[in-house]
Amino acid sequence: MTNSWTDIKNTDLVIIMGGNAAEAHPCGFKWVTEAKHNRGAKLIVVDPRFNRSASVADYYAPIRPGSDIAFLMGVIRWCIENDKVQWDYVRNFTNMSYLVREDFGWQDGMFTGYDEETRNYDQESWEYQIGEDGYVLTDETLQNPRCVWNLLKAHVDVYTPEFVEKVCGTPKERFLKICEMIGECSTPDKTMTSMYALGWTQHSKGAQNIRGMAMLQLLLGNIGVPGGGMNALRGHSNIQGLTDVGLMSNLIPGYLAMPKDSEPDFETYMSTRANAPLRPNQMSYWQNYRKFMVSFMKSMWGDNATAQNGWGYDWLPKLDVAEYDGMRMFDMMSKGEVNVYFCQGFNPILSFPNRGKLTEAFSRLKLLVVMDPLETETAAFWENHGAYNDVDSASIQTEVLELPTTCFAEDEGATVNSGRWLQWHWKGATQPGTAKTDNEIMANIYQRVRKLYEEEGGKVPEPVLNVAWDYADPLHPTAEELAKELNGKALADLTDPADPETVLRPAGQQISGFGELRDDGTTAGACWIYAGCWTEDGNMMGRRDNSDPSGMGVHQNWSFAWPANRRILYNRASCDLDGRPWDPERVLIEWNGERWVGPDVPDIAVTANPREVGPFIMNPEGTSRFFSRRLMRDGPFPTHMEPFESPVANPLNPSMRGNPVARIFERDLADLGTSDEFPLVATSYRLTEHFHYWTKHNVTNAVTQPEFFVEISEELAAEKGIQKGGRVRVWSNRGQVWAKAVVTRRIRPMVCDGKTIHVVGIPIHWGFKGAARKGFGPNTLGPVVGDANISTPEFKAFLVNIEPAEGGAIA
Amino acid sequence: MNIDLSRRGFLRLAGAGAAATTLGAMGFGAAEAAVQAHVRDFKLATTTETRNICTYCSVACGIILYSKGDIAAGETAELIHVEGDADHPTNRGTLCPKGAALKSFVKSETRLTHPRYRAPGSDRWQEVSWDEAFDKIARALKDDRDANLIERNEQGVPVNRLTTTGFLAASATTNETAWATWKVVRSMGIVGFDNQARV
Repeated sequence: MTNSWTDIKNTDLVIIMGGNAAEAHPCGFKWVTEAKHNRGAKLIVVDPRFNRSASVADYYAPIRPGSDIAFLMGVIRWCIENDKVQWDYVRNFTNMSYLVREDFGWQDGMFTGYDEETRNYDQESWEYQIGEDGYVLTDETLQNPRCVWNLLKAHVDVYTPEFVEKVCGTPKERFLKICEMIGECSTPDKTMTSMYALGWTQHSKGAQNIRGMAMLQLLLGNIGVPGGGMNALRGHSNIQGLTDVGLMSNLIPGYLAMPKDSEPDFETYMSTRANAPLRPNQMSYWQNYRKFMVSFMKSMWGDNATAQNGWGYDWLPKLDVAEYDGMRMFDMMSKGEVNVYFCQGFNPILSFPNRGKLTEAFSRLKLLVVMDPLETETAAFWENHGAYNDVDSASIQTEVLELPTTCFAEDEGATVNSGRWLQWHWKGATQPGTAKTDNEIMANIYQRVRKLYEEEGGKVPEPVLNVAWDYADPLHPTAEELAKELNGKALADLTDPADPETVLRPAGQQISGFGELRDDGTTAGACWIYAGCWTEDGNMMGRRDNSDPSGMGVHQNWSFAWPANRRILYNRASCDLDGRPWDPERVLIEWNGERWVGPDVPDIAVTANPREVGPFIMNPEGTSRFFSRRLMRDGPFPTHMEPFESPVANPLNPSMRGNPVARIFERDLADLGTSDEFPLVATSYRLTEHFHYWTKHNVTNAVTQPEFFVEISEELAAEKGIQKGGRVRVWSNRGQVWAKAVVTRRIRPMVCDGKTIHVVGIPIHWGFKGAARKGFGPNTLGPVVGDANISTPEFKAFLVNIEPAEGGAIA
Repeated sequence: MNIDLSRRGFLRLAGAGAAATTLGAMGFGAAEAAVQAHVRDFKLATTTETRNICTYCSVACGIILYSKGDIAAGETAELIHVEGDADHPTNRGTLCPKGAALKSFVKSETRLTHPRYRAPGSDRWQEVSWDEAFDKIARALKDDRDANLIERNEQGVPVNRLTTTGFLAASATTNETAWATWKVVRSMGIVGFDNQARV
């Protein structure tokens, strides 16, 4: 989230599209209720199903799964045509006046530079025109046909209300009503907030869905303002934290990049990271990258990291492909290319697509290690459970170790919420049996491997032996020790650069913010964005003052929010060019003539002159981008792409299948189905009574939703002869499931380009372990293809078929 | 009676002897004693309270764990109740149908209690000791690394990349566990490293 849960109370209009907050985030959704009740805010829901959020919305529109970009570009077109643009914001805080290279363009739904062989764009032309001074050329009059504004207008021109209706199945009058409601938020004193989740990410163009809304929010002047923003409702209690700390193939903590095979040394690695400003006076904060990286290396390798050895650069693994993400690893595993695999609190057998392929892949491992508080289907993938897990145990040669871990109640530490609050929790119960914390397990594995290298030697032992591991008990690093490392500390006396006699921070002390980090090895800090979480004043994440003097939902002294305890990102943009709040009634920060002051921590240097320094300090432009240059693989503007499995052709280019640059492995391409055989669109979702595959283990939740079902319209049920509550078989080109049929008016057939489209809703919560009845999930059916930028599997739009199955109806 | 009690503290005391405190505040000291003599104490009054955060979605509601036994005092503690934290700014004491049933999750019958091993071709688990489990893992990891670590690329540049071992990280562990995990996984050269953000 750019904003926070409590900030939602400041909004005038909520749009839930690509999520279902009332159902999946009920206690956060209460802030929508608060805004409706106290401010008269309105709620719009756009979703294939009339879901629980829709049931309390002011306005609802249906949309065909996988067509969100067309809808969003349609809204942008309507806003431009009807002058619903916050001009002062757009002119000053975005790149709309910047000139783009003459050789950039698009045709047939594709941008310049496409190579069909490599399924990749040559992005050479996706860039600004740069002047001799190194700065971007601009045309403030917006007359130049190559300025971003004119290119954007031309790009969205095709997305008329008629086009939207044809592609999305959204009735034109519903679409236009929503445009009008959104358009009202283009004034400086009205804001809209966007709440989304995996309904937007789990597509082969998920990142572009989100960009589409971000562009609309820029057009309305709603980024960085109270009650506005782009609010990703993260699904798990600490998936924000695990991403912040870089537990992904391509990440180093704090959103630094893992080095590539093509970057042989530290200086080569650094040469493309520290972005020089593209406009005069801009902060371009990534210029500090070297400080963050060197401090990280000092936390990782301790005294072993020196300037002479590039801070231990050789010891980091180097990537030869963009990512070894889950789907790539399972593909490699299915070919026998992986021997040992660890699952830490993760149940991939139920969560990644094409379960048949996963079972095959896991059966080829030598050793699978599962750490979990609960029995999981993954740990037991070799157990035969009839139709629910139809395997031959004797033929599976994989060894499996299942290690019991503590759960939240039996461990302490911090988790990060959607609004980037790091909240500490304490241990309140003793673990069952001999269960251990994940820290102990990781430490034991590490210490034993290390001992083997010490005793036996082996291949390149340095990275294993050189890790900084000076915890009081090497077999049990405490949460406090690790949290302090994440924060960072001074390794030598840090002196004032202007006055070397003055010590700003004595050696050994915790730093109070990332501004103290240095690039000469005198500071350590594992995750620069967390600096300030555990300072000399103690554990900031455990703070518990819930007061909110401004009444803006800032709660500045409750826990700690990254970065720098800032509650709303880009909050400089909540003020006009002179630093006056757009809305005097809702003030986060303001310029008092000398400095930025207010209830939130300014997202700009406190003395930065408002007319000089732009609000988007992480960007070398200082502005935000309608045109995203080379930052996304599938285009600098979002363009409509069909799902890989779609019932209709892409009207922009009927021969294009899915996202033209999304990665798809050979076998998975062959496993795709077509609408002749699989005419129905399936989409996966959550229920409020369950959390993924965990709550089916506890009796209370298992009772409230005991059995796997699929949700279909009355029309589809009638067409297929399916009874309400009857048993059905649902199958795709990859597998089949049996379920109870919930026949409902919450899903209605849609008409796209004259063709009737039926949607099948498939909740995700059942398996063959736990207290609930045995069942299936959508991952038996879904395709192994993901987003072109972030590899999220396309679970929200794929093709299936359905028929009545044996077994009577139970009302 | 201490008038500076927090809202939650007041509720707790009120629960501990609702009639007694109300009457006591009104000056009926003897009545308080009389009532206390035969009214059973509120069950939670003798428990240890611990601040925690819900483990499910990322609204991250504040919760209070009520346990018999005090971890801080070195005792074992049994969780007997979970409720929403009324002082928490996001959830203000409320919980959803999942959060309200957290105790049931902690105490579910399918919690794991001891390490288990499944041999090749077997159709059952067998219990093993932690030592056996850790030794087996360390041996397998080192053997795989020694056999398959890609030490240098074609240009002779060190790349220290291990693709034959992979690691899927959790989604509900702490930042601190995440950092310990990062160190261990990357020091081995593992690149097949992912978390649950995509699913």
